[in-house]
Amino acid sequence: MEIIRTGMAGTMESSDINVVIEKQEAKGIKIYLNSSVEKQFGDQIRKVILETLEDLKVTNVVVRAVDRGALDCTIRARVQSAVMRAANKENELDWEVL
Amino acid sequence: MKKRLRRTMMYVPGNNPNMLAEAHIYGADSLMFDLEDSISLSEKDSARLLVYNAIKSIDYGETEIVVRINGLDTPFGRNDIKAMVRAGADVIRLPKTETAKDVLDVEEIIEEVERNSSRPIGSTKMMAAIESPLGVINAVEIAKASSRLIGIAIGAEDFVTNMKTKRSPEGIELLYARSQILIAARAAGICALDTVYSDVNNEEGFRKEVKLIKQLGFDGKSIINPRQIAPVHEIYAPTEKEIEHSKRVIRAIKEAEEKGLGVVSLKGKMVDKPIVERAERILELARACGMEKEGE
Amino acid sequence: MKNSIGREIPEKIVGYDKFKCYCSPFIKEPVGRKASPKLRQVKPGDKKVVNSLEEAIKKAGLKDGMTISFHHHFRNGDYIINMVMDKIAEMGIKDITIAPSSLTTVHETLVEHVKSGVISGIYTSGVRGKLAEEISKGIMEKPIIIRSHGGRARAIEAGEIHIDVAFLGVPSCDEYGNASGKGAKTICGSLGYAKVDAKYADTVVLITDDLVCYPNFPASISQTDVDYVVVVDSIGDPNGIASGATRYTKNPKELLIAKYASKVIVNSGYFKEGFSFQTGSGGSSLAVTRFLKEIMKDRGIKAKFALGGITKPMVELYEEGLIEHLFDTQTFDLVSCESIFQNPNHHEIDASMYANPHNKGSFVNKLDVVILSALEIDTSFNVNVITGSDGVIRGASGGHSDTAAGSKMSIIVAPLIRGRIPTVVDNVNTVVTPGETVDVLVTDRGIAINPKRKDLMENLKNKGLPIVTIEELRDMALKIAGKPKPIEYTDKVVGVVEYRDGSIIDVIRQIK
Repeated sequence: MEIIRTGMAGTMESSDINVVIEKQEAKGIKIYLNSSVEKQFGDQIRKVILETLEDLKVTNVVVRAVDRGALDCTIRARVQSAVMRAANKENELDWEVL
Repeated sequence: MKKRLRRTMMYVPGNNPNMLAEAHIYGADSLMFDLEDSISLSEKDSARLLVYNAIKSIDYGETEIVVRINGLDTPFGRNDIKAMVRAGADVIRLPKTETAKDVLDVEEIIEEVERNSSRPIGSTKMMAAIESPLGVINAVEIAKASSRLIGIAIGAEDFVTNMKTKRSPEGIELLYARSQILIAARAAGICALDTVYSDVNNEEGFRKEVKLIKQLGFDGKSIINPRQIAPVHEIYAPTEKEIEHSKRVIRAIKEAEEKGLGVVSLKGKMVDKPIVERAERILELARACGMEKEGE
Repeated sequence: MKNSIGREIPEKIVGYDKFKCYCSPFIKEPVGRKASPKLRQVKPGDKKVVNSLEEAIKKAGLKDGMTISFHHHFRNGDYIINMVMDKIAEMGIKDITIAPSSLTTVHETLVEHVKSGVISGIYTSGVRGKLAEEISKGIMEKPIIIRSHGGRARAIEAGEIHIDVAFLGVPSCDEYGNASGKGAKTICGSLGYAKVDAKYADTVVLITDDLVCYPNFPASISQTDVDYVVVVDSIGDPNGIASGATRYTKNPKELLIAKYASKVIVNSGYFKEGFSFQTGSGGSSLAVTRFLKEIMKDRGIKAKFALGGITKPMVELYEEGLIEHLFDTQTFDLVSCESIFQNPNHHEIDASMYANPHNKGSFVNKLDVVILSALEIDTSFNVNVITGSDGVIRGASGGHSDTAAGSKMSIIVAPLIRGRIPTVVDNVNTVVTPGETVDVLVTDRGIAINPKRKDLMENLKNKGLPIVTIEELRDMALKIAGKPKPIEYTDKVVGVVEYRDGSIIDVIRQIK
């Protein structure tokens, strides 16, 4: 998936996660995470973000996430939305990869 | 197949992760995740993905999952159907249904998605909300349009505006529409669901309306807050007397069957099919209310 | 070594000498005699009112290394503790142990006095905010000691806490030290915690902003126990002391939990004419009281008494004749504050009468049903109300273990998951209340009954309640939230949690 612009999804409400996806020139994926449950679930949240990006074949991005205790399914949804928006494809979904 | 009770169908805005994760704990018979009116145009895509992932991952147990999609006349309707059928929603609810064709158009897309995914064909059920005078007039043909339809619902807010009136506590302005939708639903053998009551703090008014629609014959009500669940289930709960009588009816039927008798009577009165059906429904309600244990 | 509930207690704890591990709720027998304050004569014509706080501190003979006490009846509106500690710091006194009945977020500025060595020890029911975080990070040399309300009263009476000077804020007081929880500027109702300090401290200093004509009667604290009276501009913020309106929760999850808890009470076998109960001040607890009211009215059942922190819904029950007596150690809101001064059977009781396990019978022993909260609960029903899921101190022991032990049925109410953090776990971070005194756990997703309560299991089955095992609840939480990573601690003990009888039920370690 080609990232064209900065895409954002999610809110700062409890049980949600706000995800911003930015293009970066450098290779790889860099995640900046701020979470209310960092100690207990920080690793798990990073893992879900990475897996979701992999499924969508996204590389070379910076992810900035502010988490307020979102469940894995919410994290996936927000990353997917942010990526789709960043790719200018929010209304043409490829359901096979989701 | 066990008949489903639909006393309460609770709206859950599709962009609220917290409610999507927890709405089922309050005991509504069905949940209706909304992608339509409660979602702003700029969040249609993210709500769709949120609901999609929620349905796929969260164990909603016995609760029926209904998704209200955007109409096919919007840029979102088709994608909503694609996502929700794949996610495994039990029921797709069409908004603002006016003709049988509205139902068939949605059905066609559902079937296409079922064919292209792992979902068995025909497993996605449908429900149509009727919210306009034209819809009310066409209620019978809408109700009969597809074998996927499990029910029709009246959406009163748009309807009363179209009728150039507003809602009253007595609901006289809705009498015709409610009756028409009920008759259509019954003629088609599907459920009839009543509209929402939006003043959550007015429990007395809410109870009055629930009593009215129960008396009219509705299967249940669309609700907007967990606090509205208990009053509906309470009002729909059968009385001890009704339960006792129903048990006797079922026992009489069983005995007659065992003895090979064709005609069944109870206390000198003939027990015919409508009486048996009523008894079965009362016992089903009693079980759902926790008044009777399974299998008793 | 491990205590009887499997908590690892170090052989030696720096700064905590007397040592006994928790074994079971009632096994420890008290020995010896009650402690007593110093004798002192106040002669006719002697004046107790002094010109300033500084003068009172000097006259009280406060020196380095002494122990002073406070109460927390002013909750988040308290000015007293910070005011007194600032003055002590200014006077150059150091190495003070403070023994307040509890601390709230308003006291987090004490962190500066800990850093500078003015405060070297803390005994309290709870700590919150920045002070709690710093303690968890290991700012203090000696561990703080967490005691329940009953445990604190016991420790004072047993002489384990020796109070050199008690600084007690009072809403009104006369020149001779008769003090009341009602004053011109502030009202806090019961002075139940302060009453114990006044009886046992060597020197008692009252601080008020409403000096009234002698005699100020009826009085919660008596002239016979008071050495000095200081008048200040303001003892606290009325809005922080007692909330004006106890709002009924509209949170559907709290209401659901309350509905389940009420059903548990009604079907438990204890819900009958003349029963007694305690509910706290949390959203679900308040709603339970309200639900009970309707059921009591319907069935014509009246309660003999309600206990503990008194709230508006309890006062409503009393005023409708549904509760005969209110026994009040701590008054939570304005309605209840008014009630205690008006209603003849709304009684003030001190913390020892309320919950001390080693007197000749406290009120908790006569309690049928109590509703309690939990930050965490493990599969042995051990409850944590002191540390958060991140291992940081953020709560209070309160009357939790006292009422759980004394009552016939203790019910814990808590959501199964809070912001992705499961409440039901294999091991809680810190045990405050042992599982053997906990009977029922009510969550939004199911109810678990302690397996040792076969009688309750029998009474509550087939009542339309979602009864499951506590292991099932743990698994449910895990499935929804995922498995949290365990918190990492160092070996340093930053807090000792005493059970109400004075034995160590657990320790709190420094977080990494």
